[in-house]
Amino acid sequence: MTRAGLIRAAVFFGLLLVMPFAIGPQWVMNLLIFTIMYAGLASSWNLVGGYAGYPSLGHAAFFGVGAYSVALIFRDSVGDGYAPFFVLPLIGIGAALLSVPIGWIAMRTRADVFAIVTITLLFVAQSLAYNLRDLTGGAQGMGVAVPPFPIETYTWPFYYAMLVLLAVAMGISFYFRRSKIGLSLSAVRADEDKAHGVGVHVGAVKVLAFAVSVGVVAMIGGVWAFYIGFIYPAFAVDPLITIGMVLMTFLGGRATLWGPVIGAFILVPAQQFFAYQFGASQFYLLAYAAIFLIIMLVLPRGILPTIAGRLSRWRLRRLGDVPIPDVATESDSEALAGQAADSEGKAR
Amino acid sequence: MHSLIQALILGILTSGVYALMASGQTLIFGIMKVINLAQGAFVVLSAYLSYSLLTAWGIDPFLSILITTPVLFALGVGIQWALLRPLHKDDAAELSLLVTFAVALGLEGLLSATYSTTFRSIQPGYENFSWTVLGYQVNAVRLFAFVLSLLMLAALYLLLQRTKFGRAIRATVQNPMAAQLLGVNSRLVAALGFGLGAATAAAAGAVFGIITPFNSGSHYDLISRLLTIVVLGGLGSIGGSIIAALVMGVGTALVSALASPIWSDFTFFVVLLLVLLLRPQGLLGAKIRGAL
Repeated sequence: MTRAGLIRAAVFFGLLLVMPFAIGPQWVMNLLIFTIMYAGLASSWNLVGGYAGYPSLGHAAFFGVGAYSVALIFRDSVGDGYAPFFVLPLIGIGAALLSVPIGWIAMRTRADVFAIVTITLLFVAQSLAYNLRDLTGGAQGMGVAVPPFPIETYTWPFYYAMLVLLAVAMGISFYFRRSKIGLSLSAVRADEDKAHGVGVHVGAVKVLAFAVSVGVVAMIGGVWAFYIGFIYPAFAVDPLITIGMVLMTFLGGRATLWGPVIGAFILVPAQQFFAYQFGASQFYLLAYAAIFLIIMLVLPRGILPTIAGRLSRWRLRRLGDVPIPDVATESDSEALAGQAADSEGKAR
Repeated sequence: MHSLIQALILGILTSGVYALMASGQTLIFGIMKVINLAQGAFVVLSAYLSYSLLTAWGIDPFLSILITTPVLFALGVGIQWALLRPLHKDDAAELSLLVTFAVALGLEGLLSATYSTTFRSIQPGYENFSWTVLGYQVNAVRLFAFVLSLLMLAALYLLLQRTKFGRAIRATVQNPMAAQLLGVNSRLVAALGFGLGAATAAAAGAVFGIITPFNSGSHYDLISRLLTIVVLGGLGSIGGSIIAALVMGVGTALVSALASPIWSDFTFFVVLLLVLLLRPQGLLGAKIRGAL
């Protein structure tokens, strides 16, 4: 990690660590928890959707798996209240294992069909959550036992759990970028056939990214269920959660380390604002769709890669060199993976 | 045995509607290599339009198709022109998928704002009428729908096989570059093709609204079924999607009859996974794609 990167990470997490001590109002704390949650979700989605270029639309299914796992295990009692947090890694591993056969089959084909399989998975999961009444309580939903945390600091454990999971997601993301895995994924994203040809284990690396990604998502889902205390199929397996992850990643910049986080810190407060302004969910959906379309049409590469591209072109131009072609250069490590794929041009 | 055959009849009749929806979906993929996640929302939108035409002016849902088809066609062309065409070419496949998802969300929002989210169904007065043939119930609406779907599919076939526009579409499906070199206006074909795909949703929507209660969220369920059918049939193959619709229609009817309706959605997913495992190109995919 470069020194600037290290400082950036230290400042970011340092600020978030002390945040609960500085924040008074409950609603701000709540907003922060959801922002950090989405930052974690988007960072995890980015592992597959960004680095590998396989747009999964089914991550919310695994979010639901995590949520229902916590609800099922801790329906009646949670003891001192900290037990669910220690069970989370098991849930994550379980979800990851569950995803391996699905990922393996779905990724035999290309990104189009992968998206089809994952979106179908999402709706199957939702329909199962509705229909397996004995297990999930159906449309009536199911509750999680209330932990005996002190009132003043009730939200703190959830906050720090989400923060830890964000750190995990970003840590994995960082590790991917530095390791052979990330390079392999970038190669897959740029041109899968060529990647296969030069000896990248395309199948294994895709399934690995998918499993790790949904494992973290399931853990976040578990904390979410514990935090809100009562879950329904419509919210635990919600297409909007998937869309949230995708949208934030796209907004901030796919295949970057900080892009998904930036996207979440912009969109979640905006989303809460819309929900507050418009109340009824209809307009909220419309606003969401509108933002989505605007991002896709105006800023398809996302904030970070766009800025990085501009910056490097500007730097080069200042050197008074030859005319600059309109391709992204790789000067900023931030946008490396994404730009590599962009300038390669995908042959799909 | 009786209930099994009854389920079979129901399945075959229902599959006609799905074949119609899926043929539009697969046509769009064939021409533009775009998976249209909004096809289900188009169907639900047309169902609402037919519903409104019936409740406001008493127009029979089967007649309302004459009105909704041009509307949906225009909507499809508009969406392609305004939202899909401008996408950057390198990312087009991935972005268009998400754009159509956004369109679906937007339509859902619009519809739930206009009609609220209570379940509706189109009730022209004859929705429960059925004939008894050899002791089996044959629902009139489903039979009409089946016949209508066959007629529409035949019209689509004629359009693709016998007209210049159809030839341009088929050429684009087979080889976009070559088609363009031979003077096919690929942008126009893409826009009109997307409109055509959306237009098939109009007829399907009217029928869907009669045989199933629906609300603005119904498109999620529809789209996962449609996508399974399209993948099973082989992406881009209209003939394949018709066969696949028949297979899935009968399959789910049998599962509903033998086990429980709860598992019929699940059947779709299992079939999808099996297809990808055993024959990723689908029943009539890849080799004869575009041959219809």
